[in-house]
Amino acid sequence: MIDPSAQDCNTRLGLRLFLFYALFYLAFVLVNAFAPQLGEWQVVGGLNLAVTWGFALIGLAFILALIYGMACVPETGDKP
Amino acid sequence: MIYNASMMAVGIFLVFVGFTLALSFYLGGKAKSSAGYFTAHGQIPWFVNGIAFAGDYLSAASFLGICGMIAFYGYDGFLYSIGYLAGWIVALFVIAEPMKRLGKFTFADALNSKFQSRGIQLAAGISTLAVSVFYLIPQMVGAGVLVRPLLGFPHWAGVVMVGAVVILIVVTAGMVSTTWVQFLKGSLLVAFSAVLTVMILQRGLEVQPGGRDGHVFSAIELTQGLATDPQSLTPQSLTPQAIEKQLGELGFDVLPQPSAWSDKGYWRVASSDGRQLLLRQTPSPDGSQWLRECQTVELLADGTELDNGQIQGTTLDDGTKAQLYPTGFLSKLPQGAERTGPLGPLSFFRTLNESEVILWGSEKLTSEAGQVVTIYYPKPTPGSHVLRPGEHPIFSGIRQPGVWPKLNFLSLMLALFCGTASLPHILIRYYTVKDASAARKSTIVGIAAIGFFYVLTLYMGLGAMTSGSLDVTNSNMAAPLLARSMNEWLFAMISAIAFTTVLGTVSGLILASAGAVSHDILKNVVGLEMSDHQQVRVAKLASVAVGMLAIVLGILFEKMNVNYLVGWAFSVAASANLPALVMLLFWPQTTKQGIIAAVIVGMASSLGWILLSQDTFSQVYAVARPEWLASVIPFSQPGIVTIPLSFLTLVLVSLATQDRK
Repeated sequence: MIDPSAQDCNTRLGLRLFLFYALFYLAFVLVNAFAPQLGEWQVVGGLNLAVTWGFALIGLAFILALIYGMACVPETGDKP
Repeated sequence: MIYNASMMAVGIFLVFVGFTLALSFYLGGKAKSSAGYFTAHGQIPWFVNGIAFAGDYLSAASFLGICGMIAFYGYDGFLYSIGYLAGWIVALFVIAEPMKRLGKFTFADALNSKFQSRGIQLAAGISTLAVSVFYLIPQMVGAGVLVRPLLGFPHWAGVVMVGAVVILIVVTAGMVSTTWVQFLKGSLLVAFSAVLTVMILQRGLEVQPGGRDGHVFSAIELTQGLATDPQSLTPQSLTPQAIEKQLGELGFDVLPQPSAWSDKGYWRVASSDGRQLLLRQTPSPDGSQWLRECQTVELLADGTELDNGQIQGTTLDDGTKAQLYPTGFLSKLPQGAERTGPLGPLSFFRTLNESEVILWGSEKLTSEAGQVVTIYYPKPTPGSHVLRPGEHPIFSGIRQPGVWPKLNFLSLMLALFCGTASLPHILIRYYTVKDASAARKSTIVGIAAIGFFYVLTLYMGLGAMTSGSLDVTNSNMAAPLLARSMNEWLFAMISAIAFTTVLGTVSGLILASAGAVSHDILKNVVGLEMSDHQQVRVAKLASVAVGMLAIVLGILFEKMNVNYLVGWAFSVAASANLPALVMLLFWPQTTKQGIIAAVIVGMASSLGWILLSQDTFSQVYAVARPEWLASVIPFSQPGIVTIPLSFLTLVLVSLATQDRK
């Protein structure tokens, strides 16, 4: 039997995480489009902003996916 | 370039393909029903499905296209990696679990779960076919690319070969075998890409005068007419007489050439050893002016190819064969070093940032005989420029003033973000696991594997850029040629894995298309009464037809960067499928008419936009685009217009048809 409240809870969590990531991605795209010179700024360890932000977007996707996977409520007989 | 087959490479390749086919035949025997054929009975373990996601997704575009684009232009190719990976966030957080709950076999099932409408089945079925075919083109082009250096076959032979093998796989097998094959290939591709990256870092960076074949590209610093300070040199201060005088002093005879070439800074000369060279006046980043050796390709009316003025393949005086020389090298390292030795993952970027790379541009000019000559010329480029966006023609608009030139870039990044969660062959993989939780877990595994691979693409692309092994005419060859620059064994492994990955991706796409034809259109729309076995048989027939279409298209689109083609597939998918899917899930007022209209408008507008874009006219039709189209379709990537248009259509039509709900 599927628990609708658990489904709603997971959906809400997913949308929040999605919005968070989408904003981070949007900022990256807008900076590249309207201030591409910032991409050359050396941030850390010899990496410029463009490369650092790109790696951060990939890393953040994985971290948020893990958070989602751990925080989701079982909807039915699923094991968490 | 001329590609010679390597016996070891052929052997490893045949073992891979043979194993893939054997696995397909073995597992294919277990998929007799339609549920088994299309969705593996929903019994694939989530971890296996997650890696199979990577196998499906890391296709020719990711491996060949992104690495090639980075190798030729730098960071811009990595923007695709970022966009492709970001798209998985939409898939995981918005689409994955509802898709699993709503559907049965296909994407159309999910869209139609609430309405039971033939119109939705038809629109979604056609959209699935359109997206799959668009996505198939780059895969087939990639297959041709891989087979050339591996087996020495021409491009068309590679495309026909992969088409034939895939048709065989899909007809004899189904989702179970496709999934397991993708699992193995996804794992191997990521693992061997990691090995290749470690080898790139171990090799470090080195200043070279040319590629790995030992050819030294002539580079003459212009000093005539100067006092002592090369920094004060400007193109205006270099009169033709001064340049000719310096060339004469260096032992070169200046040869006649079309005046249009001279105006563009070219000099045709004969060296003292009798070689004829085409030089181009090029500034270096430090302001000094140089004449640098170019390469030319000329296709004669009888189909003969002249490489650097010689018939391709003829034996030259020095015993070598006439062909283009490999490129891809550094002209300067920090502090005047000649080589770095092994580098770390961060010092690799730091060193490259302070180096100078020789990239290559191209232009087409007309020879004395009226033939079109493609000239490839070296462009000394600061390392810092290859690590920032805006070098590739697609993205060059971001360095221009105003909003308008930037729309192409914004449009592409939007399509990449929205496209992943709309690809039919990715969506159907949510039906191969048992429940929503397994769908979620497999997506997380997929994101981990795919994300790790995309980080590696930047190293592999930049490694190829400095490998001395690039084929200046074809960016798609960069990754296999990089592997070949390491050793033949790695080249054989990487090529075989990439080739079988193409096989798997194409299999998945053809399966999605077959499902659209047999399940969505023939069974649910036309109302054809079919038993389970008959449905599978019809799907297999559809697979053959789609496979043959893919072969033809793969031959026609040979010269286009596979990654760029995939960008278009993402735009069509994101415009046609995502708005309908998202609104169905989150907007209760959505009607079936709204869904049908959104799918049709999104698909037609994005396809129309692409087919009428400047890029298609110049790179596919090879004719000039009518002037008036420039005002209608001012940039090539449709997503920023067609995705909102599809959403808007759905809202308006749904609001107008509320009473018929």
